[in-house]
Amino acid sequence: MNILVSIKRVPGASGRITLTDDAQAVDARHVGYTLSPHEECAVELAVQTVEAHGGAATVLSVGIEDVIDQMRDALSVGIGSGILVETDASTWAPGDVAHAIADVVTTHEATGQSYDLLLFGNEAADTGDFQVGIAVAHRLGLPCVTGVKAFEVTASGVTARRDGPDGVEVFELTLPAVLTVRDGAVIPRYPSVPGRIKAKRAPIERLTPSITPVGNGRIRLTVPPEVPSTVEVLGQGADAAAAAVDLFERLGLVTR
Amino acid sequence: MILVLIETAPAGATPLSLEAVHFARDVAAKIGSPVHALAIGGEVGDTVAQLAEQGVEVIHHATSEVLDDYAAAAWASALEDRVTLLQPQFVLAAASARGNEILAHLAARLDRPMATNCVTIEPGSEITATRQIWGGAALEELRLDGSPVLVTMASHAVAVEPAAVASSPEVVTFTPALRDSDLVARVVRVEAGEGGGSDLAAARVVVGGGRGVGGADSFDGLLELAALLGGTLGVSRVVTSQGWRPHHEQVGQTGTRIAPDLYVACGISGAIQHMAGCQSAKTILAINTDAGAPMVAKADYAIIGNLHEVVPAINAELRRRTTP
Repeated sequence: MNILVSIKRVPGASGRITLTDDAQAVDARHVGYTLSPHEECAVELAVQTVEAHGGAATVLSVGIEDVIDQMRDALSVGIGSGILVETDASTWAPGDVAHAIADVVTTHEATGQSYDLLLFGNEAADTGDFQVGIAVAHRLGLPCVTGVKAFEVTASGVTARRDGPDGVEVFELTLPAVLTVRDGAVIPRYPSVPGRIKAKRAPIERLTPSITPVGNGRIRLTVPPEVPSTVEVLGQGADAAAAAVDLFERLGLVTR
Repeated sequence: MILVLIETAPAGATPLSLEAVHFARDVAAKIGSPVHALAIGGEVGDTVAQLAEQGVEVIHHATSEVLDDYAAAAWASALEDRVTLLQPQFVLAAASARGNEILAHLAARLDRPMATNCVTIEPGSEITATRQIWGGAALEELRLDGSPVLVTMASHAVAVEPAAVASSPEVVTFTPALRDSDLVARVVRVEAGEGGGSDLAAARVVVGGGRGVGGADSFDGLLELAALLGGTLGVSRVVTSQGWRPHHEQVGQTGTRIAPDLYVACGISGAIQHMAGCQSAKTILAINTDAGAPMVAKADYAIIGNLHEVVPAINAELRRRTTP
């Protein structure tokens, strides 16, 4: 079972977002970078699958050299090796990223290194494009299931489950296949100290993309103006309970 | 013309699909162009009247036994069929799981860019759009060249109102040609389970719990408050990542987006990832020990205090007032 997990480095913002002076990016100087949450789960599922079925998991990212920090995070929890497609992809369209990833898979396949499962996050935490996994699947002629929360490798392929409007939707696919993973069914593990040491020594293959990017058409980023707080403090501690229930009554939520 | 992908539920078009239609109408008015809708599989009975109210001129209905079960690639083939036939300038869908997925398949096949979570579209010689990123905490303005322009509409970006003049849509039924590969990734069965947070998404009252709750066995007060208000429990990501509560209860960018009349946020700091999921609540009451927490600033009402003292006192007061 060979698994390729593609990850994206995103600013670790959780408070109000600040932009770079040219308004082309989120300013991450004070918040640092992290892995998208969906991709943390994709990494965890890849590691669990290799633990259960053998084989190897590889982490891939398209970006500048600094993305190796996030690749090491994945390597420290059990991914075996990395592939860095080294380029400044900040002006790339999602389709460009997909193109570069598909090229890596095709090139590796030609040299006998094939992947049974290609995992992605369902969408990036920052740009939320929802399409890289699907576009890679299309380029490679593979089936794709998005929004997968859990999957199990079976004798005939893979069974993937996701939440649908009517319950849990089940898909049964033969391999190779593309799955995009949603946060939720697994709790990503923390790296151990030996894991961190191993990650430092793990091999990272560096590639240069050969595609001509279409570009994402970005004009600028903006942050909506902060709305001044209009909060009405009902009180302090348990003494405010009556005021809270008064509010519920005004909203028509209390039936006697 | 503008083509809108409609998702249907037993009660007709989904609310997010109707938002996309309303949005399409606004763009259509700017370019003097009709709006067509595409529904896939199932029946369109109740949907016709809803779309007539929205001024949709033609409803295309893709029918085929195999389209009744969801398969993104097959549904994308139905959409591609109409795009090839009608040559729309814009193809719109709701930025729902299925809307994004089907349009992404179409974008890959047409080798066209696709912009998700849009809140505005400015047609013209140069088409520009604004889309939400970071769950709405920031916006991206971008150019969308060529045709068709493929966009999904962010939820709750418009309030759905009927068109000034209702239409009598023509319903065109067709059976798209499907490839074997369209049906490889299809839903083979639906299992009962925790569900996709649909109860949470539709709840009139949500009582939220965050890090301040403190542990898996400390949710009783919140659950009681939710029960007393006829609502449901929602939690922040830290709660699910600690394993305190199941993921289907998570509110936020990677969980469920809620739009209740009242959201009682208990011990939740209000990170942007959480606000992305609860900003459509009509009224927010924050209960927090920290008066400076972002959730308090963004709330309509706040009680400053320990939720484990405040919530039981509210529950007692609610019981006192509702017991005859």
